[in-house]
Amino acid sequence: MDAPASTIIDTHRAVETPEGVELNLRLAGPVVRFYAWGIDLLIRLAVYIVLGIVLGILSIGLGNVSAGLFLVAVFLLEWFYPVYFELKSAGATPGKRRLGIRVLRDDGTEVDAGASVIRNLLRAADFLPLFYGFGLAAMLADRDFRRLGDLAAGTVVVYREQTPLPDTVPEAPPLAPPAVLTTAEQHALLQYAERAGELSPERAVELADLLQPLTGERGETGRRRLLQYANWLVGRR
Amino acid sequence: MKQDAFVKRHAGDWERFERWLAQAGLKQPPETVQQEAPDIPHLYRRLCHHLALARSRHYSAHLVDRLERLVLAGHQRLYQARRASLAAVAEFVGRRFPARVRAEWRLVLLAALVFYVPLAGTFAAAWHDPDFVYSLMAPEQVARFELMYSDEGQKKLGRLRASDDDFAMFGFYIRNNIGIGFQTFAGGVFAGLGSLFFLAANGLFIGVVGGHLVQAGHAENFFSFVAGHSALELTAIVLCGAAGLRLGAALVRPGPLSRRDALRLAARPALEMVYGAALMLVGAAFIEAFWSSTQAIPPAVKYGVGLAGWGVLLLYFLLAGRGRAA
Repeated sequence: MDAPASTIIDTHRAVETPEGVELNLRLAGPVVRFYAWGIDLLIRLAVYIVLGIVLGILSIGLGNVSAGLFLVAVFLLEWFYPVYFELKSAGATPGKRRLGIRVLRDDGTEVDAGASVIRNLLRAADFLPLFYGFGLAAMLADRDFRRLGDLAAGTVVVYREQTPLPDTVPEAPPLAPPAVLTTAEQHALLQYAERAGELSPERAVELADLLQPLTGERGETGRRRLLQYANWLVGRR
Repeated sequence: MKQDAFVKRHAGDWERFERWLAQAGLKQPPETVQQEAPDIPHLYRRLCHHLALARSRHYSAHLVDRLERLVLAGHQRLYQARRASLAAVAEFVGRRFPARVRAEWRLVLLAALVFYVPLAGTFAAAWHDPDFVYSLMAPEQVARFELMYSDEGQKKLGRLRASDDDFAMFGFYIRNNIGIGFQTFAGGVFAGLGSLFFLAANGLFIGVVGGHLVQAGHAENFFSFVAGHSALELTAIVLCGAAGLRLGAALVRPGPLSRRDALRLAARPALEMVYGAALMLVGAAFIEAFWSSTQAIPPAVKYGVGLAGWGVLLLYFLLAGRGRAA
């Protein structure tokens, strides 16, 4: 049996569903989240500018009503822009969507209104003392990169796509491995096969020799054997 | 069972689930699943079973990977929170909010003390000592407030301030006051200290301005302006502070829970108070912009309405939503 994912030192978080299976979420770190925030900031600034121009023109007829509307809009954008998009489009503001990340509750389900509002109101605390200082400190101290708002709301930010294993194993006549391999061992073998083309032939053979107990072969034959196993593992028959 | 046989036997199920995921999209509320695809939950549970089998039998990584992605997508589609409805809002205003405030009365009392004691202190100090105000505020700021509430300022306000200016002020109050409320709440995550700070700071500021204006002889102008919205606005700030203190209390005294879990559990009830306070601040902004600034209404009427507001609010928090089943 594999080691449970939670013991791996990695940016994965294992979540157990009510059905008793474990799911892996890939957590998003501070840098990608900062970029997403930057994109959202630019979008908001663009909206302010457009709104300013439109309401500026309308103020000829509306007078200071447009100033009031502008302030209300600023208030809503400041506090509820992320809430709106996190609820509307599966936990992702436009910036997060662009970078392929999203907000989930820490049980792996979609973020709900309460959680989204909490994490975005507490943004005010994360932002202190300067430019998300406390938020960054909390993210670095937490295993799951959660800022204060995430901790209170019980949310995590994860990558949207569980990237499928790439299908770039070089073709070879498939052959079943002589023993049952664990999932981790299969992954190692597949990664070897994918990188086989980039390795120098000598290095590829050297690595393949390590698996002589499995293949029963050394040298070039052993290397080819591993590629055959890999082909079998990706389902070629 | 060999992997090939396993795939052959169950691939139909997986493809059906994939098709459902693709066409169901995100917009479809979970309740409709029951009507339109009643066997999907069952199919999903079978899929979970397949994933567990595939893992324990060490089937190929590609197969496990595919099943994992299907289960994760299904998990997120099938387990969703209920959306808010209009009835839920009415239920919130009529029962949950006042009940929540009553349940948290100790923190509300603490927040009120931290807010009103400095307020009363600086009010009294600035009333008796004309120079006290300058120890807390810049002279230009004081001059602006004095002008605003002087008779000339009020006349100007009454004559010139048109309804469009009222609306501009409405926007200002929304942004400024609700922002202060949210900030006071958020500060609670620092063991409550941020909330205590904002409560006390706002208390000091409001008190010193009021006291100084009374000292300067603008009592009637000042009180007739603030009377109308005072109940909603001051109470809402106190409630935001109490909500922040709820977060802080969870961190200071987590009880048998870890601090992390205690914070999470405290955030939901705290948020109820913030929602309620935000609604109150919207109401306060309306009154402040369109009623408090009107010069046509005699001060006596404004005092009466203001006092009535405090009375109604007190009754609301004491009585609303009592005696009905939870």
